[in-house]
Amino acid sequence: MELSLGLLGFLIVFPLVVAAVLLVVRQEAPRRVVVIAAAVVIALASVALVIMNLGASTTLFEFQSEALDFVCTGVSAAIAAVVIGFAVRYKNLWAAVLAAVQIAGTLVLEFVFAHEIEVPYGLYFDSLSLLMTLIIGVVGSGICVYALGYMEDFQAHEPEGAPDRRPLFFALMFAFLSAMYVIVFANNMEWMFTGWEVTTVCSFLLIGYTRTDEAIANAFRQIIMNLAGGLGFLVALYSCAITVGTFSFLDFLVIGANNPALVTLAACALAFAGITKAAQMPFQTWLLGAMVAPTPTSALLHSSTMVKAGVFLLVKLAPIFHVAPAPSVMVMLVGGITFALCSFMAVSQSNAKRVLAYSTIANLGLICACAGVGTPEAVWAASFLILFHAVAKSLLFLCVGTAEHHIGSRDIEDMDLLFDRMPRLARFMMLGIMCMFIAPFGMLMAKWATLVSFVDSGQVALVVILAFGSAATFMFWAKWLGKLAGIAGEPENVEATVKPTEWASLLLMACLLVLGCVFLPVVSAALVEPYIASVYGVPGQDIATDNLWLASICTVVVVLVLFAGVGARQRGRRVDVYLAGVSRDGEARSFQNALSGTAEASARNWYMESIFGEARIAPVGVVFNALIIVAAFAVSFVATPIVF
Amino acid sequence: MSLITTLVGTLLFAVLGPVVGCLLAGLDRIVSARMQGRVGPPLLQPYYDVRKLFEKERASVNSAERVYVAAALLFALIAGGVFFSGGNLLLCVFVITLSSLFFIMAAYSTRSPYAEVGAARETLQVMCYEPMVLLMAVAFFQATGSFDVAAVLDMPHPVVCTIGLVFLGVLFILTIKLRKSPFDLALSHHAHQEIVRGVTTEMSGPTLGLVEIMHWCENVLFMGWIAMFFVWGSPLSAIAVVAVVALVYFLEIWIDNNFARVKWQFMFKSAWLVALVAGGVNIALLAFL
Repeated sequence: MELSLGLLGFLIVFPLVVAAVLLVVRQEAPRRVVVIAAAVVIALASVALVIMNLGASTTLFEFQSEALDFVCTGVSAAIAAVVIGFAVRYKNLWAAVLAAVQIAGTLVLEFVFAHEIEVPYGLYFDSLSLLMTLIIGVVGSGICVYALGYMEDFQAHEPEGAPDRRPLFFALMFAFLSAMYVIVFANNMEWMFTGWEVTTVCSFLLIGYTRTDEAIANAFRQIIMNLAGGLGFLVALYSCAITVGTFSFLDFLVIGANNPALVTLAACALAFAGITKAAQMPFQTWLLGAMVAPTPTSALLHSSTMVKAGVFLLVKLAPIFHVAPAPSVMVMLVGGITFALCSFMAVSQSNAKRVLAYSTIANLGLICACAGVGTPEAVWAASFLILFHAVAKSLLFLCVGTAEHHIGSRDIEDMDLLFDRMPRLARFMMLGIMCMFIAPFGMLMAKWATLVSFVDSGQVALVVILAFGSAATFMFWAKWLGKLAGIAGEPENVEATVKPTEWASLLLMACLLVLGCVFLPVVSAALVEPYIASVYGVPGQDIATDNLWLASICTVVVVLVLFAGVGARQRGRRVDVYLAGVSRDGEARSFQNALSGTAEASARNWYMESIFGEARIAPVGVVFNALIIVAAFAVSFVATPIVF
Repeated sequence: MSLITTLVGTLLFAVLGPVVGCLLAGLDRIVSARMQGRVGPPLLQPYYDVRKLFEKERASVNSAERVYVAAALLFALIAGGVFFSGGNLLLCVFVITLSSLFFIMAAYSTRSPYAEVGAARETLQVMCYEPMVLLMAVAFFQATGSFDVAAVLDMPHPVVCTIGLVFLGVLFILTIKLRKSPFDLALSHHAHQEIVRGVTTEMSGPTLGLVEIMHWCENVLFMGWIAMFFVWGSPLSAIAVVAVVALVYFLEIWIDNNFARVKWQFMFKSAWLVALVAGGVNIALLAFL
């Protein structure tokens, strides 16, 4: 047990030490050594912690420290100072005001309301934290390794004499991992809040990395929305201090599940914080704007950190949502509407990163909806959605980042013939895409469980939303997949210059993905069911294990088709494509046109702008969801017995 | 246990599915011909056609296309196996969608402009019918209390009694799934309303033969879905099933011969509207009453 506590502390502190070291290392070679070594150590420590505690129920550690409380307050003050500093420099009033309110609120809370409240068990873990540990430790550090090669290319693409901010970049990446560990391990909600705010400010700095006007604008949009979410967290802390009388997260969950009226406001406010962090509509724009950052940042934000902190909190709150109607309806509807509308809007996008961003928001919406339903089956589904989304999305972002550096574009329309030009990369990308939307891969198995849990709990609206949203999901992934699948002739192979660190991370993600899908029933028994059993007393798996194994077999077949079957040597005669009898060059698809000149056939994907355009759909979701959130807060203010 | 049942079911379906599907296709051609005032080919003509395809030279644009088509056929067989062995209806739906995806990828992989048009339209068609198919599975669960197809055998009455609206919705999208006019945007067998050939433009010889066999199997599976609505725990249901399947297939042939291909906008909007009204209302009624 001491060893587990030691590992847990190590996972929180070690990335911070690495971050401090990276801040002063300015040469490429030593940085490479530090990052790779640190990533391997973090990944191994995470895996060790998980393996040592497989199937463990909730484990609390007696750990409290006055000094740490002051450190947390100090960190909050530092965060506010950073934000206010940037806000003054770039003349952004709202960010400064929100940061000031936040720090004032934190100080009043700490010195007026909270100094009486003690949390003897400051740290804990359970199977859900362990699942997150795997995601943060393995996927997150994999992304850090990938960033080495990527940032080298990125710096080379920058204009001559551009400042090299890579030390800060890598330091922030590791600080991010540490903050995530704090969020998943802290039982003291004040510490959790500090971790929460650190992720907010880290992503603020990462999004603004290039300091272009667009990057600064988007960074401020992010910080304003997430500071607002942070205020939600703060309201929850006040409510806890006044009406519940504890900052122990686990106690809060138990009290809430038994006496929902008491915690309605706190649950609502925490859910609001989770919704902003998970970029649900009406806050989806910050995540869309975040893609101006270098790709590893997007990968980190979308897959293993930041947004996952939001849904982690919501899934933790699920037992309360199960019994408290106001926050439950809010989370369910906001998530469900976001899932459907963002899936629709993804159909109309041709920028690969934007498609990925919409798909992330949509899937987070589905996780929110599951958390809002709050039944054991829904939590099972949500856990798998989190796991597979993290791995598949990071694989996809890393693929798109590498493709962008080698074909000079992140537009899906420019990915023609990627299967020929970057054969290995294209297959990884196809694997990632297939995992996102099609059976027998993990995401769809999780969606299957989601559908069953919605039907079981009689959520007709969510069932209908899921049916239509999934159909749109098929459309936008399949047409991208089609673009990648094209094969013609022997174009130049441009993937020889992809860095080894990039290949290593891509391979890691692809292996994780395939293993996760094939051994899904094992993951379920070892990591997901123990958590659900410890919270609800039932295992929560709603799909027969036989069917899961059947899906595993199908997964193996699809992977074999993709990596061994397709591209085998051709038997039989090779012919040119049919061009109505007037072709000139089959590989280039050029033909003789009406003026006897040469014309090239080209095809673009279908975007259905008139139906699924952003301008049409986004306002609907923003207005609806904003109304739902306001209504939920109004109800919970009335429902909670003592507010202030 | 159910793993083995499914595998045995898949093997049986791999043998029986194509036979039944081939006869169904032969009947289709005869009935269509009579509607058009022709005599029509012999019943086994589809079989002769496919046999001839397998005797042709292997010529293709690339090697990948055939692999994708083979995968599509394999998953169509598994979907049939899952369904007819009484397995999970949702799993059957997901696997047949996977099969469609491989078929789409086969077309995209050729990079033929005509095949790409067909593939894009096929993708759109999947998006059109998918909501109704998912809602069908959900309604089936509400009616029987299980996602297993075998559950219908324990019912005191056919499920169509409680999910009749869903049945009508499925009838509507069945026309898309069977690739019948007016919803045969991706691949039409009416030469007068086709650009060139859509999805299968570049497929020839044995590859095209595999595609034909896949379509037979799919048709049998979809007729199975229709039959599922009319089965209950009584031997009488066999008669009802034969009558209903014959009637529905005849109706589809009649529609096929009497309506011209529509634009994609109409197909998309009508299919989603039908799914929303028929599926949504029926599910809501079952959930709240």
